[in-house]
Amino acid sequence: MSLWSLSAQSSGHLKVGEPAKVAAARGAAVEARIPVTVDAGFHVNSNHPSEDYLIPLKLTWTSLGALEGGEVAYPPAKAEKYEFADKPLSVLSGAFSLTVSFKVAANAPSGPGVASGKLRYQACNSNTCFPPKTADVSVAYQVQ
Amino acid sequence: MSAFRFSAILSTALALGLFSAGCGGTVEVKAASLKAEKERKTAPDFTLKDADGKVVHLSDYRGKVVILDFWATWCGPCRIEIPWFMDLQRRNRDRGFEVLGVAMDDEGWEVVKPFLAELGVNYRVMVGDDLTAQMYGGVDALPTTFLIDKTGKIAAVHVGLASRKDFENGVEQLLQAPAPVASAGAGEPVVSLGAK
Repeated sequence: MSLWSLSAQSSGHLKVGEPAKVAAARGAAVEARIPVTVDAGFHVNSNHPSEDYLIPLKLTWTSLGALEGGEVAYPPAKAEKYEFADKPLSVLSGAFSLTVSFKVAANAPSGPGVASGKLRYQACNSNTCFPPKTADVSVAYQVQ
Repeated sequence: MSAFRFSAILSTALALGLFSAGCGGTVEVKAASLKAEKERKTAPDFTLKDADGKVVHLSDYRGKVVILDFWATWCGPCRIEIPWFMDLQRRNRDRGFEVLGVAMDDEGWEVVKPFLAELGVNYRVMVGDDLTAQMYGGVDALPTTFLIDKTGKIAAVHVGLASRKDFENGVEQLLQAPAPVASAGAGEPVVSLGAK
Protein backbone atom coordinates (compact mmCIF):
# COMPACT_ATOMS: atom_id res chain seq x y z
CA MET A 1 0.00 0.00 0.00
CA SER A 2 1.46 3.35 -0.98
CA LEU A 3 0.25 6.81 -0.38
CA TRP A 4 1.04 9.59 -2.81
CA SER A 5 0.52 13.22 -2.34
CA LEU A 6 1.84 16.27 -4.05
CA SER A 7 2.42 19.74 -2.92
CA ALA A 8 3.68 22.57 -5.04
CA GLN A 9 4.22 26.26 -4.89
CA SER A 10 2.58 28.87 -7.00
CA SER A 11 4.32 31.80 -8.59
CA GLY A 12 3.46 34.32 -11.22
CA HIS A 13 0.22 33.69 -13.04
CA LEU A 14 0.18 29.92 -12.64
CA LYS A 15 -0.67 27.77 -9.65
CA VAL A 16 -0.02 24.10 -9.07
CA GLY A 17 -2.52 22.28 -6.89
CA GLU A 18 -2.48 18.98 -5.03
CA PRO A 19 -3.39 15.82 -6.91
CA ALA A 20 -5.62 13.08 -5.67
CA LYS A 21 -3.70 10.68 -3.50
CA VAL A 22 -2.76 7.43 -5.15
CA ALA A 23 -1.44 4.10 -3.98
CA ALA A 24 1.09 1.74 -5.51
CA ALA A 25 3.21 -1.24 -4.60
CA ARG A 26 6.88 -1.97 -5.29
CA GLY A 27 7.45 -2.49 -8.98
CA ALA A 28 4.02 -1.12 -9.86
CA ALA A 29 3.32 1.62 -12.35
CA VAL A 30 1.34 4.57 -11.16
CA GLU A 31 0.13 7.88 -12.49
CA ALA A 32 0.05 11.19 -10.72
CA ARG A 33 -2.15 13.98 -12.01
CA ILE A 34 -0.82 17.39 -11.27
CA PRO A 35 -3.51 20.05 -11.43
CA VAL A 36 -2.47 23.38 -12.82
CA THR A 37 -4.44 26.61 -13.01
CA VAL A 38 -3.53 29.64 -15.08
CA ASP A 39 -5.00 32.93 -13.95
CA ALA A 40 -8.00 34.20 -15.90
CA GLY A 41 -6.96 36.30 -18.85
CA PHE A 42 -3.51 34.72 -19.04
CA HIS A 43 -2.05 31.80 -20.93
CA VAL A 44 1.17 29.84 -20.90
CA ASN A 45 2.89 28.39 -23.93
CA SER A 46 2.22 24.71 -24.46
CA ASN A 47 4.94 22.07 -24.31
CA HIS A 48 5.33 22.51 -28.07
CA PRO A 49 4.96 26.22 -28.81
CA SER A 50 4.08 27.26 -32.32
CA GLU A 51 7.08 29.57 -32.55
CA ASP A 52 10.70 28.71 -31.81
CA TYR A 53 11.23 31.79 -29.69
CA LEU A 54 8.48 30.94 -27.21
CA ILE A 55 9.40 29.20 -23.98
CA PRO A 56 7.57 25.88 -23.52
CA LEU A 57 5.83 24.58 -20.44
CA LYS A 58 8.15 21.92 -19.10
CA LEU A 59 8.19 19.76 -16.00
CA THR A 60 11.51 18.19 -15.15
CA TRP A 61 12.39 16.04 -12.18
CA THR A 62 15.38 16.90 -10.07
CA SER A 63 15.03 13.97 -7.67
CA LEU A 64 12.85 10.90 -8.10
CA GLY A 65 13.63 9.22 -4.80
CA ALA A 66 12.49 5.58 -4.96
CA LEU A 67 10.56 6.25 -8.15
CA GLU A 68 11.56 5.69 -11.74
CA GLY A 69 10.37 7.22 -14.98
CA GLY A 70 8.48 10.42 -14.44
CA GLU A 71 7.41 10.84 -18.05
CA VAL A 72 5.06 13.78 -18.37
CA ALA A 73 1.98 13.81 -20.60
CA TYR A 74 0.88 17.35 -21.33
CA PRO A 75 -2.75 18.17 -22.12
CA PRO A 76 -3.82 19.04 -25.65
CA ALA A 77 -2.98 22.63 -26.43
CA LYS A 78 -5.40 25.25 -27.68
CA ALA A 79 -4.73 27.29 -30.80
CA GLU A 80 -5.52 30.86 -29.87
CA LYS A 81 -5.06 34.03 -31.86
CA TYR A 82 -3.52 37.06 -30.24
CA GLU A 83 -2.96 40.55 -31.53
CA PHE A 84 0.80 40.18 -31.18
CA ALA A 85 1.15 37.11 -33.39
CA ASP A 86 0.30 36.53 -37.02
CA LYS A 87 -0.69 32.91 -36.48
CA PRO A 88 -2.61 31.24 -33.67
CA LEU A 89 -0.37 30.25 -30.81
CA SER A 90 -0.26 26.87 -29.10
CA VAL A 91 -1.18 27.68 -25.52
CA LEU A 92 -2.75 26.38 -22.35
CA SER A 93 -5.09 28.39 -20.19
CA GLY A 94 -7.60 27.89 -17.42
CA ALA A 95 -7.38 24.61 -15.48
CA PHE A 96 -5.58 21.52 -16.78
CA SER A 97 -3.58 18.58 -15.49
CA LEU A 98 -0.17 17.15 -16.20
CA THR A 99 -0.16 13.39 -16.04
CA VAL A 100 3.05 11.83 -14.80
CA SER A 101 3.87 8.15 -15.17
CA PHE A 102 6.08 6.65 -12.47
CA LYS A 103 7.14 3.18 -11.53
CA VAL A 104 8.07 2.30 -8.00
CA ALA A 105 11.54 0.79 -7.99
CA ALA A 106 11.50 -2.94 -7.38
CA ASN A 107 14.00 -2.53 -4.58
CA ALA A 108 12.45 0.60 -3.13
CA PRO A 109 12.73 0.71 0.64
CA SER A 110 9.56 0.82 2.61
CA GLY A 111 8.53 4.18 3.93
CA PRO A 112 7.95 7.72 2.76
CA GLY A 113 9.83 9.69 0.20
CA VAL A 114 9.53 12.69 -2.08
CA ALA A 115 10.10 13.20 -5.78
CA SER A 116 10.96 16.77 -6.60
CA GLY A 117 10.63 18.65 -9.84
CA LYS A 118 10.51 22.05 -11.48
CA LEU A 119 7.71 23.34 -13.67
CA ARG A 120 9.02 26.02 -15.97
CA TYR A 121 6.56 28.23 -17.76
CA GLN A 122 6.16 31.61 -19.36
CA ALA A 123 2.89 33.50 -19.12
CA CYS A 124 1.35 36.23 -21.23
CA ASN A 125 -1.95 37.98 -21.53
CA SER A 126 -3.32 39.56 -24.66
CA ASN A 127 -0.71 42.32 -24.85
CA THR A 128 1.94 41.68 -22.20
CA CYS A 129 4.37 38.88 -21.40
CA PHE A 130 6.01 38.02 -18.12
CA PRO A 131 9.44 36.54 -17.50
CA PRO A 132 9.80 32.78 -17.40
CA LYS A 133 9.25 31.39 -13.94
CA THR A 134 9.79 28.08 -12.24
CA ALA A 135 7.40 26.50 -9.74
CA ASP A 136 8.69 23.82 -7.40
CA VAL A 137 6.76 20.58 -7.58
CA SER A 138 7.12 17.74 -5.12
CA VAL A 139 5.42 14.38 -4.99
CA ALA A 140 5.38 12.81 -1.58
CA TYR A 141 5.01 9.04 -1.49
CA GLN A 142 5.14 6.10 0.84
CA VAL A 143 6.24 2.64 -0.15
CA GLN A 144 5.05 -0.29 1.92
CA MET B 1 12.51 74.92 -40.10
CA SER B 2 13.99 72.44 -42.52
CA ALA B 3 11.96 71.07 -45.38
CA PHE B 4 12.33 67.61 -43.87
CA ARG B 5 11.02 68.64 -40.49
CA PHE B 6 8.12 70.57 -41.95
CA SER B 7 7.26 67.61 -44.10
CA ALA B 8 7.26 65.30 -41.10
CA ILE B 9 5.06 67.61 -39.10
CA LEU B 10 2.74 68.13 -42.00
CA SER B 11 2.40 64.41 -42.56
CA THR B 12 1.64 63.79 -38.92
CA ALA B 13 -0.86 66.58 -38.77
CA LEU B 14 -2.64 65.38 -41.87
CA ALA B 15 -2.72 61.86 -40.55
CA LEU B 16 -4.31 63.05 -37.36
CA GLY B 17 -6.64 65.51 -39.01
CA LEU B 18 -5.39 68.23 -36.73
CA PHE B 19 -4.76 70.97 -39.21
CA SER B 20 -6.64 73.92 -37.88
CA ALA B 21 -7.49 76.59 -40.42
CA GLY B 22 -7.59 80.08 -39.08
CA CYS B 23 -5.18 79.39 -36.25
CA GLY B 24 -2.21 81.10 -37.70
CA GLY B 25 -0.97 77.99 -39.46
CA THR B 26 0.08 76.34 -36.21
CA VAL B 27 0.34 72.59 -36.47
CA GLU B 28 -0.65 70.70 -33.37
CA VAL B 29 0.22 67.12 -32.77
CA LYS B 30 -2.04 65.46 -30.29
CA ALA B 31 -0.39 63.11 -27.84
CA ALA B 32 -2.75 62.77 -24.94
CA SER B 33 -0.68 60.03 -23.33
CA LEU B 34 2.21 62.38 -22.54
CA LYS B 35 2.48 63.63 -18.98
CA ALA B 36 2.47 67.34 -18.34
CA GLU B 37 6.03 68.63 -18.08
CA LYS B 38 5.72 69.52 -14.40
CA GLU B 39 4.64 65.94 -13.60
CA ARG B 40 7.59 64.28 -15.28
CA LYS B 41 10.35 62.65 -13.25
CA THR B 42 13.94 62.17 -14.26
CA ALA B 43 14.67 58.85 -15.92
CA PRO B 44 17.22 56.98 -13.82
CA ASP B 45 20.65 56.89 -15.39
CA PHE B 46 22.14 53.48 -16.06
CA THR B 47 25.39 51.98 -17.21
CA LEU B 48 25.06 49.02 -19.56
CA LYS B 49 27.04 47.61 -22.46
CA ASP B 50 25.80 47.39 -26.02
CA ALA B 51 26.35 44.55 -28.48
CA ASP B 52 29.81 45.90 -29.32
CA GLY B 53 30.83 46.01 -25.66
CA LYS B 54 30.66 49.80 -25.55
CA VAL B 55 29.39 51.39 -22.36
CA VAL B 56 26.06 53.17 -22.65
CA HIS B 57 24.78 55.73 -20.16
CA LEU B 58 21.29 57.08 -20.56
CA SER B 59 22.72 60.47 -19.62
CA ASP B 60 24.73 60.38 -22.85
CA TYR B 61 21.46 61.09 -24.62
CA ARG B 62 20.45 64.20 -22.69
CA GLY B 63 19.16 66.74 -25.20
CA LYS B 64 17.57 64.04 -27.34
CA VAL B 65 14.17 62.43 -27.31
CA VAL B 66 14.61 58.78 -26.36
CA ILE B 67 12.46 55.69 -26.54
CA LEU B 68 13.75 53.30 -23.88
CA ASP B 69 12.30 49.88 -24.58
CA PHE B 70 12.55 46.95 -22.17
CA TRP B 71 11.94 43.76 -24.11
CA ALA B 72 12.94 40.11 -24.49
CA THR B 73 13.30 37.67 -27.36
CA TRP B 74 10.60 35.39 -25.90
CA CYS B 75 8.09 38.24 -25.76
CA GLY B 76 5.67 38.22 -28.68
CA PRO B 77 4.27 41.73 -28.14
CA CYS B 78 7.84 43.06 -27.99
CA ARG B 79 8.51 41.59 -31.42
CA ILE B 80 5.60 43.55 -32.83
CA GLU B 81 6.88 46.87 -31.52
CA ILE B 82 10.55 46.51 -32.46
CA PRO B 83 10.00 47.08 -36.21
CA TRP B 84 8.01 50.23 -35.31
CA PHE B 85 10.98 51.48 -33.32
CA MET B 86 13.33 50.67 -36.18
CA ASP B 87 11.15 52.78 -38.46
CA LEU B 88 11.02 55.64 -35.95
CA GLN B 89 14.80 55.47 -35.61
CA ARG B 90 15.28 55.55 -39.36
CA ARG B 91 12.94 58.51 -39.86
CA ASN B 92 13.97 60.61 -36.87
CA ARG B 93 17.57 59.91 -35.98
CA ASP B 94 18.68 63.17 -37.62
CA ARG B 95 16.14 65.12 -35.59
CA GLY B 96 17.59 64.40 -32.16
CA PHE B 97 15.91 61.09 -31.51
CA GLU B 98 17.25 57.71 -30.44
CA VAL B 99 15.81 54.36 -29.55
CA LEU B 100 17.56 52.36 -26.84
CA GLY B 101 16.59 48.75 -26.27
CA VAL B 102 17.21 46.86 -23.04
CA ALA B 103 16.92 43.12 -23.50
CA MET B 104 15.85 41.26 -20.37
CA ASP B 105 16.73 37.76 -21.54
CA ASP B 106 18.43 35.71 -18.84
CA GLU B 107 20.58 34.08 -21.52
CA GLY B 108 21.98 37.48 -22.53
CA TRP B 109 23.83 38.09 -25.75
CA GLU B 110 23.76 34.41 -26.70
CA VAL B 111 20.13 34.81 -27.71
CA VAL B 112 19.95 38.57 -28.19
CA LYS B 113 22.68 38.99 -30.81
CA PRO B 114 21.20 36.48 -33.27
CA PHE B 115 17.83 38.17 -32.91
CA LEU B 116 19.28 41.62 -33.59
CA ALA B 117 21.09 40.29 -36.64
CA GLU B 118 18.00 38.54 -37.95
CA LEU B 119 15.89 41.68 -37.77
CA GLY B 120 18.66 44.10 -38.67
CA VAL B 121 17.90 46.24 -35.64
CA ASN B 122 19.22 49.73 -36.35
CA TYR B 123 19.45 51.11 -32.81
CA ARG B 124 21.55 50.40 -29.75
CA VAL B 125 20.52 47.48 -27.64
CA MET B 126 21.93 46.56 -24.26
CA VAL B 127 21.39 43.51 -22.09
CA GLY B 128 19.64 44.58 -18.91
CA ASP B 129 20.42 43.61 -15.37
CA ASP B 130 18.52 43.51 -12.10
CA LEU B 131 19.80 46.90 -11.01
CA THR B 132 18.54 48.62 -14.13
CA ALA B 133 15.20 46.87 -13.88
CA GLN B 134 14.88 47.89 -10.24
CA MET B 135 15.60 51.50 -11.08
CA TYR B 136 12.70 51.41 -13.51
CA GLY B 137 10.20 49.89 -11.12
CA GLY B 138 11.00 46.21 -11.60
CA VAL B 139 9.93 45.97 -15.25
CA ASP B 140 8.15 42.64 -14.75
CA ALA B 141 5.75 43.04 -17.65
CA LEU B 142 7.15 43.26 -21.15
CA PRO B 143 7.24 45.24 -23.25
CA THR B 144 7.60 48.28 -21.01
CA THR B 145 8.55 51.39 -22.91
CA PHE B 146 9.49 54.83 -21.66
CA LEU B 147 9.31 57.99 -23.72
CA ILE B 148 11.97 60.34 -22.42
CA ASP B 149 12.02 64.01 -23.28
CA LYS B 150 15.01 66.18 -24.18
CA THR B 151 15.60 67.04 -20.54
CA GLY B 152 15.91 63.39 -19.57
CA LYS B 153 12.50 63.16 -17.96
CA ILE B 154 9.92 60.44 -18.46
CA ALA B 155 7.05 61.81 -20.50
CA ALA B 156 5.12 58.56 -20.92
CA VAL B 157 5.22 54.90 -19.95
CA HIS B 158 3.63 52.18 -22.00
CA VAL B 159 3.23 48.79 -20.32
CA GLY B 160 2.32 46.09 -22.78
CA LEU B 161 1.75 46.31 -26.50
CA ALA B 162 0.85 49.90 -27.31
CA SER B 163 -0.34 51.38 -30.56
CA ARG B 164 2.14 52.48 -33.17
CA LYS B 165 0.34 55.79 -33.43
CA ASP B 166 0.80 56.44 -29.71
CA PHE B 167 4.54 56.13 -30.13
CA GLU B 168 4.65 58.19 -33.31
CA ASN B 169 2.53 60.95 -31.83
CA GLY B 170 4.43 60.99 -28.56
CA VAL B 171 7.81 61.16 -30.26
CA GLU B 172 6.62 63.87 -32.61
CA GLN B 173 5.31 66.03 -29.79
CA LEU B 174 8.50 65.63 -27.80
CA LEU B 175 10.62 66.46 -30.84
CA GLN B 176 8.61 69.62 -31.42
CA ALA B 177 9.04 70.78 -27.84
CA PRO B 178 11.53 73.61 -27.38
CA ALA B 179 15.09 72.63 -26.64
CA PRO B 180 15.82 72.72 -22.90
CA VAL B 181 17.74 75.55 -21.34
CA ALA B 182 21.05 74.67 -19.71
CA SER B 183 19.69 74.53 -16.18
CA ALA B 184 16.70 72.38 -17.01
CA GLY B 185 16.33 68.70 -16.22
CA ALA B 186 17.18 68.59 -12.54
CA GLY B 187 14.09 66.78 -11.34
CA GLU B 188 13.77 64.18 -8.62
CA PRO B 189 14.88 60.73 -9.74
CA VAL B 190 12.01 58.33 -10.21
CA VAL B 191 11.77 55.65 -7.54
CA SER B 192 9.02 53.45 -8.84
CA LEU B 193 6.86 53.47 -11.88
CA GLY B 194 3.52 51.91 -12.55
CA ALA B 195 1.52 51.54 -15.69
CA LYS B 196 0.79 54.58 -17.67
